[in-house]
Amino acid sequence: MATPNPRQQQSTLVVLVEDQPGVLTRVVSMMRRRSFNIDSITVGHSEQPGVSRITMVVSAPEDQVEQIAKQLYKVIEVLKVTDVTHVPTVSRELALIKVAAKPQYRSEIMQIAEIYEARIVDATPTSLLVEATGAESKIDALIAMLRGYGIREMVRSGQLAMARGSAVASVPETAGSNGRSRDQRILAAAANGASN
Amino acid sequence: MVSAPPSAATPATLPWSEREWPLDRHGFPVMTGAQIVTSSLEAEGVDTIFGYPGGAVIPLYDALPAANLHHVLVRFEQWAALAADGYARATGRVGVCMATSGPGATNLVTGLANAQLDSVPVVAITGQVNQSLIGKDGFQEVDIQGITLPVTKHNYLVNRVEDIAPTIKEAFWLARSGRPGPVLVDIPKNVFTTKGSFHYPETVSRRGYQPTITPNIRQIRAAAELIGQAERPLIMAGHGIMLANGTEEFAAFVRKSGIPIAFTLLGLGCFPEDDPLALGMMGMHGHREVNAALNACDLLINIGARFDDRATGRLDDFARNAKIIHVDIDPAEIGKNVHCDVPVVGDAREALELLLPLIQETDRSEWTSWIASQRNTVLQDALETTPAGPEPYTIIRGIAEATNGEAIVCTDVGQHQMWTAQYFGFNYPDRWLSSGGLGTMGYGLPAAIGAKMGRPELEVWTVVGDGGFQMSLNELATCMQEKLDLNIAVINNGYLGMVRQWQDLFHAKNYSEVDILAPDFVKLAEAYGATGIRVTTHEEIAPAIERARSIPGTVVIDFVIEPEMNVWPMVPPGGSNNEMMFSGPAGELD
Repeated sequence: MATPNPRQQQSTLVVLVEDQPGVLTRVVSMMRRRSFNIDSITVGHSEQPGVSRITMVVSAPEDQVEQIAKQLYKVIEVLKVTDVTHVPTVSRELALIKVAAKPQYRSEIMQIAEIYEARIVDATPTSLLVEATGAESKIDALIAMLRGYGIREMVRSGQLAMARGSAVASVPETAGSNGRSRDQRILAAAANGASN
Repeated sequence: MVSAPPSAATPATLPWSEREWPLDRHGFPVMTGAQIVTSSLEAEGVDTIFGYPGGAVIPLYDALPAANLHHVLVRFEQWAALAADGYARATGRVGVCMATSGPGATNLVTGLANAQLDSVPVVAITGQVNQSLIGKDGFQEVDIQGITLPVTKHNYLVNRVEDIAPTIKEAFWLARSGRPGPVLVDIPKNVFTTKGSFHYPETVSRRGYQPTITPNIRQIRAAAELIGQAERPLIMAGHGIMLANGTEEFAAFVRKSGIPIAFTLLGLGCFPEDDPLALGMMGMHGHREVNAALNACDLLINIGARFDDRATGRLDDFARNAKIIHVDIDPAEIGKNVHCDVPVVGDAREALELLLPLIQETDRSEWTSWIASQRNTVLQDALETTPAGPEPYTIIRGIAEATNGEAIVCTDVGQHQMWTAQYFGFNYPDRWLSSGGLGTMGYGLPAAIGAKMGRPELEVWTVVGDGGFQMSLNELATCMQEKLDLNIAVINNGYLGMVRQWQDLFHAKNYSEVDILAPDFVKLAEAYGATGIRVTTHEEIAPAIERARSIPGTVVIDFVIEPEMNVWPMVPPGGSNNEMMFSGPAGELD
């Protein structure tokens, strides 16, 4: 994972892929070979059997995001790429944070967790395990607050995203059944960009 | 001449459908996995395979003699992949190569990358270790699927015998459709020996793979509108025109529109170069008037090219006065390197068909005569002065004139490649075979073998340097075994010439590791049982070419040229196409 470059903006892509061996390697290998920066990537099942859903946060100049989408489409298993950066989206990340918790700080830590709607899911005489869910910025803020107590161990899931409203990123059972192939959709997008 | 080693009389082979097989309960023939591979290849219409046997593919090779396929035994797997590439370029069909697991498979990698960068349809079949050994570092095990991921259009590991036929069907479809490219199919040894029913699918489809063939008509109209408005339009013609089988439609478009053509290296041959509208090659070693036209044009119509850096030079100064139309079947090429005003995604042939009725016949004589005025007459005059020794210009022109420009010409990579591209004058599609994107030294001879196997009726020449030839000259044995009628022109300057030229021009003549010793190519040819001819004077060129043409076998001509001759003109690396150099620091004009 590359460190986000402040001059480049972050974009969130939802990538639907055929659930086949090696598909994640193909996607990540293409990104690496073309020097595209992945800030976070998550993969899991979607609502359709045989289709996995990748949420990928990339750091790239705006015009490169379209190129990333086009290159993703060249991976045979990739069914659909949706850029949800500029649409209202629910995006969430899960973090598990094991904090050093001396008895005198225990209640402070629990109060901080409460502010961020995080839960204490395990406790020992010397540590607390905090589970937090939320937007990436909220998790960042929570971690900043907990850092002073000593973070012993931490894992972040990477971002999951889904557009608000009734629109879906899913693929129709037969791609292109709406009369336009995905290339034509890209073309239309490119043409719109070019005519501006 | 030494004859090819005696081979056991080959029994007449029958196509798979005419052979007798046990049938399963549905009436489908039952075969081993290996027989399913050969039958699938037959069903695909394959006639020639370039390959090399080894442990994991022994079961596959066991099925070959009875199959209706001709296997060409190469001397190194890399040349099998490149021979398949040459076969594909010369025939327009999918080239097929085969290798064993481990080192056999890794040796294919360069050839696959070559096909990937030049969009050439190739299918590679590799053996893999037994499934029980996969992941255990078995003997000759290598993860060839992982290794070839970035250099293939797609690849497969086949785990079940029933998947072989559908996978091969899909591999050929992917290789030849859309933007063509190489596809690798890796099959474990025990799958070759497992029995299964053979049923070759008639159709194939993938949800995630639906290339756009027919362009959007609105984009075609927008392109036609720009063409109608342009005063100084220029076509940039690429390999895609030939890959789309669209040379006739392209010619109709050029003749109606009257727009002159700049060719990329691989676009040469898509339109007759002897036509006044064909300006010649653009880019780093392009002609001066072509690069001048690129700089002056107000509309650049790129058809089937990908704006490679060797063609464009420094991007911020490329076609800076022009609006750009880009016709490409791969949407990812649109806007990848060069901003585009009107993208046309689709097959070049269909795009040209749709464009033709929308454009006007226009008099462009003012524009074309301005371009002609930019021609570098000093260089041309110097080239046409009778030289003392053999010179590349006279050698390449000699081959072109002797063959009436009708031969298939392959090259290696380097100075001789640029000289051939500049001077041959290509008038026919699919007869100029050169490694463009990858720049693979050693390509020339295997590509010529592939081309001759695919187009035996055509005369085949390969022009190579003394460096590249030493990489693949072991394929002379393949030429002899296949009794190929090939002519090999070695442009021998005793140097790795193009690297030496860069060291000369940009590294203060610091000649580092470019002085390359070569064997006596005449004796070498004779050792293989081929014919060797040495040419050391200008007068010997034409007779040597004629003699080579008259000998029905493999001939090596060793053209000994002046060692430090440079390719002119040249855009310095990283420079703009407007910054062409016409001579070196000493002012010599070779």
